[in-house]
Amino acid sequence: MTLAPLTATRVLRPVGVAGNLFAFGLDVGRSLFRRPFQLREFLQQAWFIASVTIIPTALVAIPFGAVIALQVGGLIKQFGAQSFTGSASVLAVVQQAGPIATALLIAGAGGSAIAADLGARKIREELDAMMVLGIDPIQRLVVPRVLACMLVAFFLNGLVTVVGVAGGYVFNVVLQDGTPGAYLASFTALAQLPDLWIGLVKALVFGFIAAIVACYKGMNAGGGPKGVGDAVNESVVITFLLLFVVNFVLSTIYLQIVPPKTG
Amino acid sequence: MGVEIKVEDLSKSFGKQLIWGDVTLTVPAGEICVMLGPSGTGKSVFLKTLIGLLKPDKGSVVIEGTDIASCSEKELYEIRKLFGVLFQDGAMFGSMNLYDNVAFPLREHTKKSESEVRSIVMEKMDLVGLIGAEDKLPGEISGGMRKRAGLARALVLDPEIVLFDEPDSGLDPVRTSFLNQLIVDLNAQIDATFLIVTHDINTARTVPDNIGLLYHKHLAMFGPREMLLSSEEPVVRQFLNAQRVGPIGMSEEKDADELAAEADQELPPLPPIPMQLEPSNGIPRRSQREPGSWCREHGITPPPGSFEENMTMTTGG
Ligand SMILES: Nc1ncnc2c1ncn2[C@@H]1O[C@H](COP(=O)(O)OP(=O)(O)O)[C@@H](O)[C@H]1O
Ligand SMILES: [Mg+2]
Repeated sequence: MTLAPLTATRVLRPVGVAGNLFAFGLDVGRSLFRRPFQLREFLQQAWFIASVTIIPTALVAIPFGAVIALQVGGLIKQFGAQSFTGSASVLAVVQQAGPIATALLIAGAGGSAIAADLGARKIREELDAMMVLGIDPIQRLVVPRVLACMLVAFFLNGLVTVVGVAGGYVFNVVLQDGTPGAYLASFTALAQLPDLWIGLVKALVFGFIAAIVACYKGMNAGGGPKGVGDAVNESVVITFLLLFVVNFVLSTIYLQIVPPKTG
Repeated sequence: MGVEIKVEDLSKSFGKQLIWGDVTLTVPAGEICVMLGPSGTGKSVFLKTLIGLLKPDKGSVVIEGTDIASCSEKELYEIRKLFGVLFQDGAMFGSMNLYDNVAFPLREHTKKSESEVRSIVMEKMDLVGLIGAEDKLPGEISGGMRKRAGLARALVLDPEIVLFDEPDSGLDPVRTSFLNQLIVDLNAQIDATFLIVTHDINTARTVPDNIGLLYHKHLAMFGPREMLLSSEEPVVRQFLNAQRVGPIGMSEEKDADELAAEADQELPPLPPIPMQLEPSNGIPRRSQREPGSWCREHGITPPPGSFEENMTMTTGG
């Protein structure tokens, strides 16, 4: 008899969390347009997030580009379509690897730092003190972080794309005996401009989601220092899951709307 | 001049866990009240409900005609301007030094020039004895200093109501008595309504005009200091005098067997009621009552030795 309501609440809890997260996202969305805009906090956060993500991103992007170049290059050779090698790796890097690598780093490095920071403020009652002093923490702390995350994700995506394509080029030319001219010339054979846009849109969406989850988890941390650790952990895991789902959805929609170039 | 807080039938639970229920009390304007209770009885939750950081399940908290429990977000931000709150560990903003922390409310809510801000901040820092520590970061100072800095920040907008969350926890007895003296002096100076939440019996016995006791998910008693200190009510008596004999056990309430075993045990006599702390300049506070006046008015003989100057502050028995 007591089991039934217990399981019901257990089963429904994730739904409640999802609902709260969504409501939080709406709150943030509304606060985006409230003045005064916290420029200083925004710049500080953007600088901070960039500083913890740029080097890991560059380091991840090189092997990403290389692996794609090797795999795609090997496959394409079997089809005898070497002339498309450059284009295929550009497509893979720009559309998928760029946003995904960006997402991993924004969530893993930027998001975890945000969740830890806000979580520590929460358990020190700083957030309560702020509200009592008549300051809305969403406007003051969350909005600048969300915008900073989106901005940095945007740039990181560009970075991954450039480094990834360059890495692919080096591997193709040096290790697979491709010709530099053919690699460059084939860029436009399969890839097209909208591919670049979808990459950037994805990066912005991923930055937004990572920041929202991190802020939500941080601001709802509870139960002392351990609670902060849990919040960081959960925020990274939830963000990863969300980002892969969203990536799938966005890619599918994109491929429906913009037909792939057939060369 | 101080503002009254009228709490009616307030209940709060988290999920299925009731924290406290049916709390009804009035914190009189300009007076000092202490809310006493064992750790974990929801004292901090009570304070947070009073300032609208937590929503109660039912009941009302009325301040100047506005019900905190049901008013709009906008009214809430407005009414909070009446409050100064000292959080348990000071809740200083970790990224700012003490000066900027104390100046924060002024910079956010007033159009004062930097030099006016400076003079107000320095005055409050002086009041809490923190001159010279303005450039320190909250992480670099002791817990006692953080509390005093938190107090300076709470006072900077001239609040009508000041809430203190365990001002004495984690402080040594000497610092505690300095802080208690500071609280009494402050009340004399700014005439605001003070509500102090604590589990320290000495603070509760000597500082306030009124005492409330939060115990076992309800408000056991609320009233003038002398009323509670001379009360024969078992829970009140046991808690305020730190005695072992009574309904409160080590972990929870004692069970019937234990109580029966104690039934014929002689209750230790009530210890004498100590003098109330007076402002250090000797000028009585506006809400201060003459020692023993409540007992006289209600025909109660205070325990022998009460209200004697320099009596030793012994509790327990
Ligand atoms: N935000 C919250 N969510 C769930 N439970 C809480 C929350 N805040 C406090 N509690 C619970 O309320 C009880 C009272 O807490 P608290 O007010 O901090 O006690 P006190 O200050 O008297 O020591 C504790 O059991 C605590 O676990
Ligand atoms: Mg507490």
